[in-house]
Amino acid sequence: MGHSITVTVNGEKKTAEVEPRLLLVHFLREKLRLTGTHIGCDTTHCGACTVLVEGIPVKSCTMLAVQADGQQVTTVEALAASGTLHPIQAAFKQEHGLQCGFCTPGMMLTSIALLQEKPDPTEDDIRWALSGNICRCTGYMNIVKAVKSAAVQMKTATATPEAATAAARS
Amino acid sequence: MLPAPFEYHAPKTVDEALELLDQLGDEGKVLAGGQSLIPLLKLRFASPGHLVDINKIKDLDYLEERDGALRIGPLFRHKSAERSSLLASRYHVMADAAPQIADPIIRNRGTIVGSVAHADPSGDWGAVLLALDADLVLRSSSGSRTVKARDFFNGPFSTALEPNEMLSEIRIPASRSQTGGAYLKLERKVGDFATVAVAVHLQMADGQVGSAGIGLTAVGPQNLKAERAEAALKGRVLDDAAIKEAAGLAAEAAEPKADHRGSVEYKRNVVRVFTERGLRRAYERARGGG
Repeated sequence: MGHSITVTVNGEKKTAEVEPRLLLVHFLREKLRLTGTHIGCDTTHCGACTVLVEGIPVKSCTMLAVQADGQQVTTVEALAASGTLHPIQAAFKQEHGLQCGFCTPGMMLTSIALLQEKPDPTEDDIRWALSGNICRCTGYMNIVKAVKSAAVQMKTATATPEAATAAARS
Repeated sequence: MLPAPFEYHAPKTVDEALELLDQLGDEGKVLAGGQSLIPLLKLRFASPGHLVDINKIKDLDYLEERDGALRIGPLFRHKSAERSSLLASRYHVMADAAPQIADPIIRNRGTIVGSVAHADPSGDWGAVLLALDADLVLRSSSGSRTVKARDFFNGPFSTALEPNEMLSEIRIPASRSQTGGAYLKLERKVGDFATVAVAVHLQMADGQVGSAGIGLTAVGPQNLKAERAEAALKGRVLDDAAIKEAAGLAAEAAEPKADHRGSVEYKRNVVRVFTERGLRRAYERARGGG
């Protein structure tokens, strides 16, 4: 039996008829064609499918789409929606925080949630927060650097209106 | 991977949820955080005909001390336990365990109560509740009953819960002065299940052990309570001899199986070492340190 759900995805209300067993990740990728959210292990281990639900990182392969009814979901596509890279994206680029890029959307969304909770994280904080996101290129050093660098950027940048908008969007 | 088809219900009240469970019998399954249940459904290890999602019910996300007990609601999530100053200051074994559950993203969604109802023998909270001598409130449409944690776990993924009941609250005796606890977990990597973990809770009284609770994770068909070790500590001064004796008894209580995480001897030895360390850490904390 189908359920009608309305989910606010990246600020836009999306209504769809879904089977209860449809996972949030499939809703995003297949119904909405937002393929920036990746499916890695599909068993709740790797964090590649991480999205923000009501601002909180969630593994979208481990949540039903029906459960997101009435909620706000943010995917990687929202980060540079206006064409300007979000500070976290700019930092990943600058610090070479990715090699193959498969884990990167999940890494960035988890990092954004971390920086909202702790705008000035230590290296331990960063490694701790990202411990549910696996990078099989094992590029962790540069990922940590990128998050640190983004933290500095986002703090200094809230002074400029553009960055404030970017931060608010995240 | 898609789960097998099921019907989805999102009741707005507990009564409504219980009524559904009554009607659905064996085919109904409560969905809380879903961090164990959804993987099980995807792997088709479970295929209930109906899910009763309790996430739309208000007021189930709570942790509070009331009437002599610490009460944990069905939607209280691991991440909230991890960030709770109440647990950090007064319920050390819980505060220790919370950040060691799975990984941070899973903790954002997974719940303590759901994890206990799931009753994985490698689950952490079961051992913690055994150490704390918790009561579990099982509610159905015809009323509620309370069972001790030690009577709740029946075996792997098996509990005292009837199909029409939901675990509606966990109650832990309120912390008094001179209590201390610790949770020590050995895992191969973040997010892996425990190779071995030990939960310790101590209530000191006049320099002696008033009562001790020791729970074991991943070394038996269910979370185990090391009752002989607990009894051996009661009324004793917690010196090296007492600690060694209790640790030995806890290791004997373990029923580990050899697997890719370690041999029987290895796991039993980790229980012994962790019980010793846990008792020392709990004792420090009971005396106001650590």
